[in-house]
Amino acid sequence: MPDIVVKTEDVVKEYRMGSNVLRALDGINIEIERGEYISLMGPSGSGKSTLFNMIGALDRPTEGQVYIDGQNMSNLSQRQIAAFRCHRVGYIFQSYNLLNVRTAHGNVTLPMIFAGIPDKQRNEKAEKLLDKVGLGDRMYHLPDELSGGQRQRVAIARALANDPSIILADEPTANLDTITGREIIDLIKQLNIEQGVTVISATHDLKMLDVSDRIVDIRDGLVERIRDRDEIEIQIGEVGGHE
Amino acid sequence: MHQHTRIEEQIDLPFLESLRISFQSLKIRFGRSIITTAGITLGIAFLVSVWTNNEIDLALQESGRSSTIANLEETSEQGISTKDIWLIIMSLIVCVVGIANSMLMAVTERFREIGTMKCLGALDGFVVRLFLLESGFQGFAGALIGALLGTLGAVALGLKDYGLDLFFYFPLLPATPEDAPMRIGVLLLILFGCILGMLLAVIGSSFPAWRAAKLPPAEAMRTEV
Ligand SMILES: Nc1ncnc2c1ncn2[C@@H]1O[C@H](COP(=O)(O)OP(=O)(O)OP(=O)(O)O)[C@@H](O)[C@H]1O
Ligand SMILES: [Mg+2]
Repeated sequence: MPDIVVKTEDVVKEYRMGSNVLRALDGINIEIERGEYISLMGPSGSGKSTLFNMIGALDRPTEGQVYIDGQNMSNLSQRQIAAFRCHRVGYIFQSYNLLNVRTAHGNVTLPMIFAGIPDKQRNEKAEKLLDKVGLGDRMYHLPDELSGGQRQRVAIARALANDPSIILADEPTANLDTITGREIIDLIKQLNIEQGVTVISATHDLKMLDVSDRIVDIRDGLVERIRDRDEIEIQIGEVGGHE
Repeated sequence: MHQHTRIEEQIDLPFLESLRISFQSLKIRFGRSIITTAGITLGIAFLVSVWTNNEIDLALQESGRSSTIANLEETSEQGISTKDIWLIIMSLIVCVVGIANSMLMAVTERFREIGTMKCLGALDGFVVRLFLLESGFQGFAGALIGALLGTLGAVALGLKDYGLDLFFYFPLLPATPEDAPMRIGVLLLILFGCILGMLLAVIGSSFPAWRAAKLPPAEAMRTEV
């Protein structure tokens, strides 16, 4: 019996703009096992970010259900949703979304402040996490004073602050050059392996292919196909040459 | 890896923690804060100067009446003139609109920040409280400076009109002369300006902040300014 962390049931998301209705998700059914590294792939506008938002409780589906750890997300109170975002999920975004009024260290402590972790404990943990992502010497810099890759590292450290069981990453490497992107992917993969954290990442980045356990191809708001590890390995051979 | 089952309820932050976060934010955004604060300062300065100017006129007209020196012909009209009332109301409106506008802009450019904080586990109430605190400080500081500047401006005008007499009859304290309109005095005016500025800033920011806090984080973070 596999341990399912995320399950979506006929998830539909419609955006209403005036009299137009845009169906961004058209009935998504996926199951993700604990500890998996999943990549959501698909052309621009196919609905990856929309699905990301549904799984991360950043928006509500128009129809259908999302279950996390067996919990139906639509049954949660406001306080439970806040606690869910605080404890269960670590979010990583394409544009980093750091609070630029807080230092790297201040960004990493914030989710722990929300979790009610005492001062000393959270300061130490933030230092430890920043060290781990390789920013030991940049802890007290503001995001404006960091490079894109460094900012994404801060975001990763912040995502780990409350030991989430899921890391959600929406195109974490899209704003980075190939080498920096590779480093970020390796870092996320390392967390996936060492800490068993489930990684769900929307991406266009082919470098993500070879670290993924499964790839979910999204097209026009539908799951087009799901590829496993073995199928991926064959394709990496094809892609590898002209990356 | 730990296995979670039940999803717990998010806790409220201690007030001191909110206070600390709002101060840090004000400190780092100092430059930007000053621009917002300047809006408040201008509004209050305008209001206080118009009003103080009016009080000075009243006070000196009255002193002219009660003193033996005959003053200018018919300045001693009873009551505040309609023109003065109109000016004060106008300046109040300018003040309210100006402050509401600066606060709205200040909150709108921080929608993304609000969405991000919610991703990290902030409750809607915390977001609103944070903006309430920040805008309260900003409003008070801006209004105090504005009130002082406004008073200075009115004093300068008064000096031009009445010369050094101004200081003998300066309407610092409230007064209720028998045959002239009541004056609230410059001290109370300054206090009134500070409170008004703070209130307007708090109201002006808490409404958009509340609306932003209610949005799902995905929506809030989409807003690009
Ligand atoms: N808030 C919104 N309001 C209206 N339409 C939206 C909104 N968010 C997304 N959409 C639309 O929904 C569709 C799916 O968007 P989504 O952002 O999920 O795509 P994506 O796969 O993440 O694309 P990309 O690779 O460019 O990030 C698009 O057509 C988009 O225009
Ligand atoms: Mg996207």
